[in-house]
Amino acid sequence: MEAHISTAEQVLLTTDGIPLKDSLKKTERRNKIKAFLLVFPLLLFIIVTFVVPIFDMLGRSIDDSQINQVYPKTFEEYGKWDKKADELPPEEVFKAIYFELGTGDKIMIGRALTRMNYSKSGWKSLIKKTQRQIKKDLKAETVITSYKDRLIEINEKWADRTYWYAMSQMINERTPIYYWNALDRTYDAEMNVVRQSEERRIYVKTWIKTFKVSVYVTFFCLLLGFPVAHLLANLPLRYSNLLMIFVLLPFWTSLLVRTTAWIVMLQQNGVINGVLVWLGILCDDCRIQMVYNETGTLIAMTQILLPFMILPLYSVMKVIPPSHLRAAANLGAKPFTAFIRVYLPQTVPGMSAGGLLVFVLAIGYFITPELVGGKDGQLIGHWIAYHLKTTLNWGLCAALGAILLGIMLILYWLYNRIVGIDNIKLG
Amino acid sequence: MEDFVKFERIDKSYDGEVLVVKDLNVDIAEGEFLTLLGPSGSGKTTTLMMLAGFETPTNGEIFLKGTPISKIAPYERGIGMVFQNYALFPHMTVQENLAFPLEVRKVPKADAETKVKAALDMVELGEFGTRFPAQLSGGQQQRVALARALVFEPQLVLMDEPLGALDKNLREQMQYEIKHIHERIGITVVYVTHDQSEALTMSNRIGVFNDGVIQQLSTPDVLYEKPENSFVAQFIGENNKLTGTVKSVNGQYCEVDLDSGGSTKALKINVDSVGQKTQLSVRPERISVGADNAENQFTGKVEELIYLGDHIRVRLNVCGSNEFIVKISNEGNISFKEGDNVDVSWAADDIRALDL
Repeated sequence: MEAHISTAEQVLLTTDGIPLKDSLKKTERRNKIKAFLLVFPLLLFIIVTFVVPIFDMLGRSIDDSQINQVYPKTFEEYGKWDKKADELPPEEVFKAIYFELGTGDKIMIGRALTRMNYSKSGWKSLIKKTQRQIKKDLKAETVITSYKDRLIEINEKWADRTYWYAMSQMINERTPIYYWNALDRTYDAEMNVVRQSEERRIYVKTWIKTFKVSVYVTFFCLLLGFPVAHLLANLPLRYSNLLMIFVLLPFWTSLLVRTTAWIVMLQQNGVINGVLVWLGILCDDCRIQMVYNETGTLIAMTQILLPFMILPLYSVMKVIPPSHLRAAANLGAKPFTAFIRVYLPQTVPGMSAGGLLVFVLAIGYFITPELVGGKDGQLIGHWIAYHLKTTLNWGLCAALGAILLGIMLILYWLYNRIVGIDNIKLG
Repeated sequence: MEDFVKFERIDKSYDGEVLVVKDLNVDIAEGEFLTLLGPSGSGKTTTLMMLAGFETPTNGEIFLKGTPISKIAPYERGIGMVFQNYALFPHMTVQENLAFPLEVRKVPKADAETKVKAALDMVELGEFGTRFPAQLSGGQQQRVALARALVFEPQLVLMDEPLGALDKNLREQMQYEIKHIHERIGITVVYVTHDQSEALTMSNRIGVFNDGVIQQLSTPDVLYEKPENSFVAQFIGENNKLTGTVKSVNGQYCEVDLDSGGSTKALKINVDSVGQKTQLSVRPERISVGADNAENQFTGKVEELIYLGDHIRVRLNVCGSNEFIVKISNEGNISFKEGDNVDVSWAADDIRALDL
């Protein structure tokens, strides 16, 4: 017994007496290095263009450090203010902000202003007016006994405590405010999370719409793509090649051209309405509104994303032997039963791959809804672009993007739990 | 007794130009093991597919127990089938595969379970029920396919080259297994193969297909011993062929002048008149070497000796044919070597004058 165990624990040696594991490692090392060098450029590229920007974005979505660099002293003194005891902050706070506005870097203050305006509109004009006056004071070397009185003298809004309350949102270098904004929430004066005022609630509605449209688009793609993929997989090569060209044709056409083509087709004086009126199905005054709304977004996105459903489905169907359906028939299954029990389960990897692909593309889609969506066909991508280019509220942009990323990761996780990620087949 | 399966004047064409099956008339008795044997493209699989219902005869009718079945859909025929690549459903376990035909027939669950278990035991795979087909070896998959074709107790089972994908040893083992299962449950089997030894091992009768026509339909021994035309003689077993012209006819024998000179007496099978060209066929084991025989004696030069243990294959140059094979059973008395000239002879009853 003893001896048996000791032999089992003995280190295996090669013929030359080197431990087998070391020898194996040595021979494998060269291959590993080669393999690594081969993928290294791509790895670097992905890190630089993909991983770094994503983490940068995630950082921006909670970042509030810039404003802290502009008002370090003010915020320090602000922390000492006992809001219950005093109506307004103590004199030290007024003094700190007086000097930080008077001597601070103009560009930095300007940037911080944008941030301040997110927490309360009105900051911008207040600071600008005050700053001008302080500059004059400093030039004239005016002697000031009470900075508090002086500031209130410059602009009476300095006595409005809602402005001072709004400042508390910016004190920390990390803030969840952008995430709350992305969900139509904000802080009230006491730093409680509350819903935005009625007319500013846009994001939750848009999130729901984005989801709804993505689910519909995925569903319609599956509905339309399944028979096409089946046909592609089962036609003689001659015809299936031709059909494949029709499926791929959209890939060779600009996305913009395809989208604008849908406008031409769907608009009220467009081709479809024209034909319907000409056939007498519609009267001239009751032309259907099919574009610049959600319907338009749905139709155009379904058409544009269809190939992403067809191709994975096709690749899966192509390898299902026709003998399976024959076997099912031979074993007594009617065509419908054979399809449901034998064919359909074997296409699941293709359906799920296509479904995931289409859904992920749809949820972040931008150009098509932007062009054909009109006012109520806009998805979340529209607001990300809007804040990125128009309001320059990058924090909110980043938060919206991060939520989108989070949703996709959750979906992916769910998918893995339910279907299994190794069940996916992209071709 | 009425024939179990009857093919009546069946023609089949896919493109309206070429007939893949021509005027097929076959009767299959109940409980018979019939093999359709032939080279690829000879129409044997098409015939099977017509019986299964996956192809429609262009002309004629197939009867199953007296009922015409051309208009009956495949799923209503109740014929079991083992496919070439087994066609096991990869997303179902072995049990689920076997239960499938019972489920679609709405067999009660308890009943179905018993039958599945019995079928699995029959092919000796009782413990593999919960595995998926991909987790089984080729031979095991083959058995599952066989069990699935039998589990719903069809009266007729079709097999389309079921052993084609197996290696040689396993194939031979499976041949016996299928043969024994057939004998045990007395089912009617129609089997398609291009492997003649497979056909000879298992079948009650073999139909040799060529060019869409059954060349000869007979028991294995008759096919081998008494081929009726040169294709069958060539396709089944090893065969030496010589060509010649019929010189005279004498009852069931004829005298043939060989093209290479000399003449031999042969059985008259497929020739009618004097002057007709003929192909003579004689089996390698029916030729005697060195024996002093009055008739049909020729001299040949030994080109090659191949030692095969129980017998020795001798390749000779006889009557202008360089591929003349003789099998001599190994009794330790082979006295000649390569390059020697030896006498070869055969009995008139062993050489058959066939069509050319």
